[in-house]
Amino acid sequence: MRAYLTLTRRELAAFFFSWIGYIVIAGAVFLMGMSFVTLVSSLEGVPTFLPITELFLRSIYFWLILLFSAPVITMRLFALEKSSGTFETLMTTPVSDLAVVLAKFSAALILFMIVWLPLLGFILILRYFAHDPTLFEEGTLAATFLGLFLLGALYMSMGCFASSLTGNQIVAAMITFAIGLGLFILSFAADRFAVDKSWSAATLNYVCLRAQMEDFVQGVVDTRWLAFYATSSAFFLFLTHRVVQSRRWR
Amino acid sequence: MTDEMMIEVANLTKRYAGKTAVEDVSFTVGRGEIVALLGPNGAGKSTTMRVLSCFMPATSGLARVAGLDVATHADEVRRRIGYMPENNPLHLDMRVREYLKFRARLKGLTYSRARERVESVIVQCGLTEAAKRIIGQLSKGYRQRVGLADALVHEPDLVILDEPTIGLDPSQIRAVRQLIKDLGRRHTVLLSSHILPEVELTCNRVLIMREGRILAADTPDNLQKGMGSHGQIVAEIAAPLEDLRNCWEQMAGVADYEIAAAEGEYHRCCLTSANGVDLRERIFKLAAERGWKLRELSRQRYSLEDIYIRLTRPQSEEEVS
Repeated sequence: MRAYLTLTRRELAAFFFSWIGYIVIAGAVFLMGMSFVTLVSSLEGVPTFLPITELFLRSIYFWLILLFSAPVITMRLFALEKSSGTFETLMTTPVSDLAVVLAKFSAALILFMIVWLPLLGFILILRYFAHDPTLFEEGTLAATFLGLFLLGALYMSMGCFASSLTGNQIVAAMITFAIGLGLFILSFAADRFAVDKSWSAATLNYVCLRAQMEDFVQGVVDTRWLAFYATSSAFFLFLTHRVVQSRRWR
Repeated sequence: MTDEMMIEVANLTKRYAGKTAVEDVSFTVGRGEIVALLGPNGAGKSTTMRVLSCFMPATSGLARVAGLDVATHADEVRRRIGYMPENNPLHLDMRVREYLKFRARLKGLTYSRARERVESVIVQCGLTEAAKRIIGQLSKGYRQRVGLADALVHEPDLVILDEPTIGLDPSQIRAVRQLIKDLGRRHTVLLSSHILPEVELTCNRVLIMREGRILAADTPDNLQKGMGSHGQIVAEIAAPLEDLRNCWEQMAGVADYEIAAAEGEYHRCCLTSANGVDLRERIFKLAAERGWKLRELSRQRYSLEDIYIRLTRPQSEEEVS
């Protein structure tokens, strides 16, 4: 446990030593700002009954932040240690492989959540100028952040896996981006088949990230999605753990 | 399995996909010894060290550190080992003290103990001035000391250093050598090196490896004796070349000789003695009898370098020569 905490702290600090943390946050704030601007201009004079968090989700910027921040945050986790050789010094300390994987994953997920904090600021600004306290509903907001957390967990675990496969950060980032984009595009495929009653449509509906997030931003916490994110993240972390262990039998 | 043995390796074999890195290696290292692994690149030194430091398991065979099997008691063994891998990888973005604290905590030291130990290894490894600097901005010599400090921070029984002096300048090498010698008082040290004089000066025992096998394991002195105790005799004599040739041909105990012209009337003769006879007295008597001027008569012992070259020379080359 001590080793896990030490490692998580170190990983989190490394994001800010290497500027990656600042760059990701700056990029995310820029995209959120863009989304805020489009949102405000679309609200001009036209009343809406949608929750404010859903309006954020409906813009493409929301997904851009996810798709781009995941590879950038996770690419260095294992790849850098492997290429610089510090992986060897790390693995010869009395720390279990699992603790290493979990620490790196946790640090990435924490950074991902930090990246989303400015969203709170935008919502507060809206509430202040709209003079409408109902705009800021705690339940909906909590569900939105839970959704972000789960989505982040899935994408960060994918990134961990990609990074553990290679000693090259760029390759790791590309793999993460490819898997992440592929999963995201499946959402559109699901839309297309939605009318269909076939098994493929039913399956695709379960992995439709967009529909799942739509539930969360409306304040609906569906346990099916909880299970989906928990198991898929665990699956990718399990794969990462196996890859880290593979040095023993390769 | 006595307490006296720090490392016990028996029939250790490590195969990577399609390649055997270490084959059937057995050796022991006693507590408090400084032992060097010597050999050309790819001889299996690093692999042996990686197995001992529990980075990866062996394919077959047994390796124990302080009586604990590295395969089944990895965490306990890791706690007892300070390992510095080849090329000394470090987190270049951290400051020296911060890095050492991080490493100490990873190795399971409590917060206060970590702080105490970090300060003491900083002094021990001469890092006082560099403690606040970023590792990426340090010179190679300082980085090497940071690596050593990291290996020592948790007070391990056994210190494993893979090429600790590679890439350092002569004065840095001397400093690291002194550090390693000091370590020998409290720790057992297993190091690998290419630099032979260094090993000769610091180590109690040498294991020479080639192609995954141990070719020789002994003290530097015994290795030299094993090569023929008297080695080569060098004599500089002022005499006609022909006479010298005849004399060496006839002299008992001369296995081989070489004559080269030196300045003036002198010739420099290098004689290899057969079956270890000391030829010096005979040569002196010969010169005295003939009235030749003799200005140098010395015995050259084999350096570790000669032994190393002879043992690690690929088989094919040996057959040709």
